[in-house]
Amino acid sequence: MRWMWIDRVVELVPKHKLVAVKNVSLAEDHLHQHFAADAARGLAALPVMPACLIIEGMAQTAGVLVGHAEGFAYNVVLAKINRAELTREATPGCTLRYTAVIERMDELGASVKGSVDLLDHARAHREGAGWEPVGTIELMFSHLDNSQGGAGRAGEDFPAHNFVFGEGFKTLLRSSGF
Amino acid sequence: MTRDEILGKVRQVLVDALAVDDDEVTPTASLVRDLGAESIDFLDIVFQLEQAFGFKIAKGELFPEGVGQNPQFVQEGKVTSEGIATLKQRLPHVDFADFEKDPKVGKVAELFTVDTLVNFVSMKLDK
Repeated sequence: MRWMWIDRVVELVPKHKLVAVKNVSLAEDHLHQHFAADAARGLAALPVMPACLIIEGMAQTAGVLVGHAEGFAYNVVLAKINRAELTREATPGCTLRYTAVIERMDELGASVKGSVDLLDHARAHREGAGWEPVGTIELMFSHLDNSQGGAGRAGEDFPAHNFVFGEGFKTLLRSSGF
Repeated sequence: MTRDEILGKVRQVLVDALAVDDDEVTPTASLVRDLGAESIDFLDIVFQLEQAFGFKIAKGELFPEGVGQNPQFVQEGKVTSEGIATLKQRLPHVDFADFEKDPKVGKVAELFTVDTLVNFVSMKLDK
């Protein structure tokens, strides 16, 4: 099963833009370890969404956009994180919004510019605060077509079926109304 | 646009794409050997050059495509004379003089220097 880091697609402009949201929840086990309380140092628990998983969320958002653009004919593989800047932490009770826009795409791959916004539900409730921009993430994807089974670089073997876009992403798009 | 102006823009592309310092981007620096470029970086460089100079680069126009997989062009790990002739025709911005003395296919990527990119942009802008 694929570990999904986006909860819902809220906008899809084919071949151009995809917007997805992720609710950060205390029900996610990893948050209890990031960072766990440390009695020896007198530190209380500080549950924070790991930045690497925010990048993964953007990679999934952008990956679905790029895969959808080609009718999911290719395995779309994250090949490079050109830039990732996040200016505040995402804590339980916040919603992250990932906006991915294709900058350039051809048969070899795609470059995507992403922006991350955050809605702090406590601040929204108390102060009427809205979405706050919290970062930019630029990614590059490589297209592997299914004929590349067994022909990977450095001896990697790729399965002949589309191993990137399985049932998880299809369910996500369907349940989001796309 | 002068050659120095082209070099300045190419340097910025390489600083962004390869996360290197601008003083590392000398005309003779090899993209792979000196600047640490990997395969995906070549696609990144193509995309960024298009943005920087406002032209389109076709597949195989700047970097070679499909030569290594063609048995007519590569035999026993070396690029054949037919392969070299094809590469020269497709990639007029590349200097093959040293490569021809020992045309190992693994060394093709090393042919690409900062100067190669400047040559390519210069030829493309002159068209």
